[in-house]
Amino acid sequence: MSNQIAPKRPLSPHLQVYRLPLTALMSITHRLTGAALALGMLIVAGFFLAAATSEEYYDMLMRAADTVGGKAILCLWSAALYYHMCNGIRHMFWDTGMFLEKDQANRTNYAVLMVAFMLVAGTWVYAYYVN
Amino acid sequence: MAEFTLPPHSRLVKGKKIDVSDGAKNKKVFEVYRWNPADVDEDGEAQNPRLDEYTIDLDKCGPMVLDALIHIKDNVDSTLTFRRSCREGICGSCAMNIDGTNTLACTKDIADVHGDVKITPLPHMPVVKDLVPDLNHIYAQYTSIEPWLKSDTPAPNRERLQSAEDAEVLNGAEGHGPAGCILCFCCSTSCPSYWWNSDRFMGPAILLQAYRWIADSRDDATGERLDQLEDPFRLYRCHTIMNCTNTCPKGLNPAKAIAEIKKMMVARR
Repeated sequence: MSNQIAPKRPLSPHLQVYRLPLTALMSITHRLTGAALALGMLIVAGFFLAAATSEEYYDMLMRAADTVGGKAILCLWSAALYYHMCNGIRHMFWDTGMFLEKDQANRTNYAVLMVAFMLVAGTWVYAYYVN
Repeated sequence: MAEFTLPPHSRLVKGKKIDVSDGAKNKKVFEVYRWNPADVDEDGEAQNPRLDEYTIDLDKCGPMVLDALIHIKDNVDSTLTFRRSCREGICGSCAMNIDGTNTLACTKDIADVHGDVKITPLPHMPVVKDLVPDLNHIYAQYTSIEPWLKSDTPAPNRERLQSAEDAEVLNGAEGHGPAGCILCFCCSTSCPSYWWNSDRFMGPAILLQAYRWIADSRDDATGERLDQLEDPFRLYRCHTIMNCTNTCPKGLNPAKAIAEIKKMMVARR
């Protein structure tokens, strides 16, 4: 990259010292939830496959989903889905040039987090009462 | 590929502790990144960089972080090396990472930092000495966008005029437009995308400058400038992380300038 003369120049600290603002943390979370959703699609595909195969397989998966571990995975997956969706909508606004001022970016952080949280909570409250 | 840790020879080790506060009440600890290329062992290998701690009496120095650095250089260790010039936030020389955020040492109030003041060079850059990063690569990137007016019309006998509205695109309503950039590179070196891809990604500072010429009503090379940036890396490594806009010591908005360039790429199809 740069002309390295002896002795070798050190690389200055980056992640080690940088205090990442919320916008940056939400950006990396967007990427991580995106990756998690891609993996989670395997589970969704599993449900479809089981449903298409036989009642037995479908029941087996439904019983697995009804355990504490199964619910935890589904809950995290729904959180990843709603977060990624809400932040994705903000990205669409950003692509049009909107909400890019510093204070807007920082205020929409909280809007995204709040709407995503409400959607997760709403989904699970709904699921609880339907059952 | 992104490397999240520092290479072994770049890792910080504990440094010296020097207290020159002389029992003063109003004292503060400054942790300063130190690395000297001349400080080599018998194999010609440099020592690892270290974090030296200086405890100073704040009543004996000015209010800004730059004042503290100058105080340390004058009174404690004259080998402490950093760039500075104007001491009023217009030259961009004293850009460094202070308390976890890139900013200008001359406009950063010591009182704004709670606890010890940690000072390291601009992040993810090769270090020349102490707080002085090597800016050759980023200057080369600046040169690559050809940052000068390109016009199809012959040069007039006086300035090329533009309307007040056209000038405001460059200057911004409150002087926060792209023309307010002092090239301190706080933004580029705050950008994780630039950390991992600085070999090919232009980074926020250079893209803000590119936009400064693209948006200039007097410049006739807009298409050519957009052509040069239409590349998966040069422009599109920006993922709207917003560190650039959050950290700019001049209150400018590189993220928005990049979004405007992206919009123009779509609009011209």
